[in-house]
Amino acid sequence: MLAGGLSLGAGLAAPPVRAEASGAKPEILTLVVNGDRVRLEVDVRASLLDTLRDRLRLTGTKKGCDQGACGACTVLLDGRRVLSCLTLAVMHEGSEVTTVEGLAEGDRLHPVQRAFVDHDGFQCGFCTSGQIMSAVGLLAERPRVTAAEIPELMSGNLCRCAAYSNIRDAIEAAAHLSREGE
Amino acid sequence: MDTFEYKRPGTVREALRLIATHPDAEIIAGGTDLVTLLRDRVRTPARLVDINGLPLDGLRWSRDGVRIGALCRNAVDDPRLAAAYPVLVRALRSGASPQIRNRATFGGNLLQGVRCPYFRLPEFACGRREPGTGCAAIEGDGRLLGIFGTSAACIAVHPSDCAVALLALDATVVVEGARGTRRIPVGDLHRLPGDTPHVEHALRDGELVVAVEVPASPFAARSTYVKFRERASYAFALASAAVAVHSERGVVRDARVCLGGVAPKPWRAHTAESALRGRRLDAAAIEAAAEAATAGAAPRPDNAYKVELVRGVVRRALTELLVK
Repeated sequence: MLAGGLSLGAGLAAPPVRAEASGAKPEILTLVVNGDRVRLEVDVRASLLDTLRDRLRLTGTKKGCDQGACGACTVLLDGRRVLSCLTLAVMHEGSEVTTVEGLAEGDRLHPVQRAFVDHDGFQCGFCTSGQIMSAVGLLAERPRVTAAEIPELMSGNLCRCAAYSNIRDAIEAAAHLSREGE
Repeated sequence: MDTFEYKRPGTVREALRLIATHPDAEIIAGGTDLVTLLRDRVRTPARLVDINGLPLDGLRWSRDGVRIGALCRNAVDDPRLAAAYPVLVRALRSGASPQIRNRATFGGNLLQGVRCPYFRLPEFACGRREPGTGCAAIEGDGRLLGIFGTSAACIAVHPSDCAVALLALDATVVVEGARGTRRIPVGDLHRLPGDTPHVEHALRDGELVVAVEVPASPFAARSTYVKFRERASYAFALASAAVAVHSERGVVRDARVCLGGVAPKPWRAHTAESALRGRRLDAAAIEAAAEAATAGAAPRPDNAYKVELVRGVVRRALTELLVK
């Protein structure tokens, strides 16, 4: 078992025997993920990120740095944007988690997703689900966000392709759209 | 990551019992620092006590000031707090990213680990992580490390912005333990490394931070925080300043000048404060304070630039107060 390399995939072997030797037992956890109630057994060490990706097969949430530096793993936890790599799944019994898979209604994209498409807010796409989740969280915190405020309030999401200006434009447009809908 | 026993107490009393009855218990709140320390095996607790179920959040105002629950998140958005303590809200907004501030707590922010890369990577010697093993940073890359209060055993800096602001506001940390409640001034919470860098703070075994109390003070409202970093946002301070000034009839009666990013604990620049007292807050007084703030600096060749950053950050922060 290597530091940072522990992945708790459903198809993988059970966690090392140490768990039993030290008396640590897997915990039964209930989460509400994208509106669905799921009950699963988790290793206490599993991050929320690994649990979403490897156990629930929701791979839209990306594992970039796994240390809170890049924002690719951003999800909404009880409505607020958080980094799923910096929290343990076991800490969130009963919580509601929204991932990028939970935004669209069928084929109808969420306004922030639509805006990213319209403004070409990505190149390689790896950071995109984190950018979108962060933007959805931002607009919930601050519906009247201005274009000038967006860079600072999106600073927790890095984009190696540097699509920042288009990301800012997409979020500004989405903010405008959601205000018009009021 | 080594495994551990996970506990989620519902009361402070039960939490205290869970940490007191296990020698290797560790508390988790926001987790934004601790999860990385667990993953990197810097911390290897046998029991993890999750205190998120405790009733320790929210702000409580009184005539004497505000009591901030230890579980209050760093994303605190309270117009009254911003008006009464601008330095605190600015420091909080300059820290980490919105996602991290949504989880990180006041208690955890104060007790977060240092960001010295040698502390974070167990393959390097670090007496803060493992008592008596020495300090790989001293022979290594010290560009981001301390210029005040360091020792031959440790040259790390405390990374918190919030703690620097709380120091400037004369805040107190409220802790509970088996023997009751006690209050620790924020300035006494973190320890200088000396030859025991592993003794990071003044909490006794089995104690839990339950709140931070920020008093009402004549200088709190005229205060600000300025942070210099390697990029515009989402980075730890290279040097930062929390300043507060109380003037009467145009003369400075009392002042606070506290520095971040330059010492193993939030650093109070007493000499700079003395340089301001009894004078008008003008460009000459600000220059004198900026120079005085560097008193006692003992930089290394690779972080000598921080001395100039201290001058600059104090100058800029005090200059902001001119218009207030």
